[in-house]
Amino acid sequence: MIYREAGDFKTTYQADNQTFPLRLDRMGYYAILAVAFLVIPFVISDYWATSVMVPFLIYAIAALGLNILVGYAGQVSLGTGGFMAVGAYATYKLTTMFPDVSILIHVIVSGLVTALVGMLFGLPSLRIKGFYLAVATLAAQFFLIWLFNKVPWFYNYSASGQITMPERTVLGQIVTGPATPAWAKYLVCLTFAVALAWLARNLTRGTIGRKWMAIRDMDIAAEIIGVNPLTAKLTAFGVSSFLIGIAGALFFSIYLGAAEASEAFGINKSFLVLFMVIIGGLGSIFGSFAGAAFMVLLPVFLKNVLSGSLGWPTDLAAHIELMIVGALIVFFLIVEPHGLARLWRLTKEKLRLWPFPH
Amino acid sequence: MKLRFAALATAAVMAAGPAMADLVVPNLSYRTGPYAANGNQYADGFNDYFTLLNERDGGIGGQKIQVPECETAYNTEKGVECYESTKGNGALVYNPLSTGITYQLIPKVTADGIPMYTPGYGRTSAKDGAVFPWVFNAPANYWDGASVSVKYLLDQNNGSLEGKKIALIYHNSAFGKEPIRTLQELGKKHGFTLTELPVEPPGQEQKSQWLQIRRDKPDYVLMWGWGVMNQAAIQEAANIRFPMENFIGVWWSGGEVDVLPAGAGANGYKSLTFNGVGQDYPYYEQLKQYVIDPGKASQGGPSIGSAVYSRGMYAALVIAEAIRKAQELAGTSEITPAQLRDGFEALNITEERMAELGLPNFGQPIVLSCANHGGEGQGRVQQWNAETKTWSLVSEFATPDAEVLEPLIQADAQAFAAENSITPATCN
Repeated sequence: MIYREAGDFKTTYQADNQTFPLRLDRMGYYAILAVAFLVIPFVISDYWATSVMVPFLIYAIAALGLNILVGYAGQVSLGTGGFMAVGAYATYKLTTMFPDVSILIHVIVSGLVTALVGMLFGLPSLRIKGFYLAVATLAAQFFLIWLFNKVPWFYNYSASGQITMPERTVLGQIVTGPATPAWAKYLVCLTFAVALAWLARNLTRGTIGRKWMAIRDMDIAAEIIGVNPLTAKLTAFGVSSFLIGIAGALFFSIYLGAAEASEAFGINKSFLVLFMVIIGGLGSIFGSFAGAAFMVLLPVFLKNVLSGSLGWPTDLAAHIELMIVGALIVFFLIVEPHGLARLWRLTKEKLRLWPFPH
Repeated sequence: MKLRFAALATAAVMAAGPAMADLVVPNLSYRTGPYAANGNQYADGFNDYFTLLNERDGGIGGQKIQVPECETAYNTEKGVECYESTKGNGALVYNPLSTGITYQLIPKVTADGIPMYTPGYGRTSAKDGAVFPWVFNAPANYWDGASVSVKYLLDQNNGSLEGKKIALIYHNSAFGKEPIRTLQELGKKHGFTLTELPVEPPGQEQKSQWLQIRRDKPDYVLMWGWGVMNQAAIQEAANIRFPMENFIGVWWSGGEVDVLPAGAGANGYKSLTFNGVGQDYPYYEQLKQYVIDPGKASQGGPSIGSAVYSRGMYAALVIAEAIRKAQELAGTSEITPAQLRDGFEALNITEERMAELGLPNFGQPIVLSCANHGGEGQGRVQQWNAETKTWSLVSEFATPDAEVLEPLIQADAQAFAAENSITPATCN
């Protein structure tokens, strides 16, 4: 009744092709952006920033990156953790080598470095597919982590092999290091998340995105109609690794502040981001955010309820939390195998007809 | 839906806060995951000590102590989450029992002005109080441990390790890498060759490392391990029939849970320790009367007196003594984290005081100051007897080699200060 397309007239192709063709959707999108940029920074506390919002936004960027590769281009990857590590170590090396250059530039350059590394490890995708490709990217994961542990140059020869983020500022405001206020951390991550989501959305609905999807749906057919698999697959790996690299850079510089390769960027991270993509919905921008929210917020929420409000012993709460999250993942995938994004789409379709479904 | 979630979560966070009047000492523990077997015992020892103080003396200086627990699973992200969620409740001091989490928290506690106490783990150079004003790592740190084990080996070899081969098998993380630098320096000084064998965490899989040990035949194997890695390593060593008396673990590789799975094969295995173990102390009579018998022991008290439990208890003891000192200095029983820091710096735990607390001959005297946050760093060696299933002490407390350690600590602390643009405080 309220949510409908009736009365929403479009007079140009551009208006018809926009991301949110429905006025209500558009207003909702602007409202969320306004709240995220203008309200939350003023009310956010340390705990909410460090434990909830910042990890959520960073994982959303990583999930977006992986979604481009797995969801849009159909290339399975288990190397996400390794590529995040590339982003993190690149930021560390760059910012310790060139301390005067803005950290935001370093983060973006780290994304580009990761894109190169990603394309390098994407080369096997030209020859192998499916599970075999997954194994090849798994090798990337283990190789990269091994490399960052083995070569002391990457961690500036520190005794513990840890990389630690020095204090850096943007426009005079501290954004990394322990003295960073909650809102600054949050705003940096939010800006990156919004800009990259915008980038991903526009790439995926343009020529490049259509090529990716053609390759995903049937690579031989795509090749026959003129899609070059070499460029399509390598751009998918490049763009995907760019986003994942930025996620890794932010993960290290803004969120953790100190990291060691095997602990922060191990194989678990690769699986976690892959789960986010699968639960959120393959081939969906919204799904990446939904998946990240599900996997980041739910454990924190359950922990606070079980051991905080209910006062259960921490070990029992931790085990029950694992069981609940696991059960919910299975439940959601049985109810809707195409993820939360599909659920959201169905809800919207039902809403359009409500209250008079045919 | 999202709003409701936020509201619920806020309510949950609000409800978690304890009453403000008490002294709050959060226990960032881990009772799940591959390190749970050790983490459980440590957390129990830590909890029980404060329970005893609360039950017997009504807390410290008339103030009850709250020990809210938070599960970290030895994971740095969860550790940071625990820190953020507990620091708002007036937390006085943190003891995360993880070198990885310690590295995360050093900058944060420094910015927030909350002391962190990392006995026997964490960042070694935090001993330099001028650069790390909020971090304390008495009674011993990893470089002390490395030096003490080399000293012990020197004693075994009539003062010379010339031409010997020593292998270090270590947890490939910040924790396991800590001793390498010291061992390399000591290798140069004493002429032994060091082979480094990293084990990927959590460390169940170490076949290739032990194959290499079997091939290279090192004279001694040192181990920096934790959690399941210890059990796997001791089992593997038994499998290749490595002489157990030449296998020495750091104090974190010296718990009952580490050696028991290997059964008789673990007989003779040695490890460092900076505290006594077992229940032969008057302290345990008090504990039985006030905590165990009334059924207030943490988790029902399954591991009381074990090596790792004793270390958790020892950590709690030092924190309690620092609180007592801080109350004395501040003239009030409701102390702030900054006053507790002063208490730590003025800490002086003598052997008489330890005897008073019911733990005679348990640990070394701890005297801290503004410049020295790490104490003497003495350690001794214990050996496992698989038949009686007990540890017995086989050496006296040995002092580490300051000639090698001091310059290393200075260099590392200076590097940290330069990296983070810290001006070292002046200690007088």
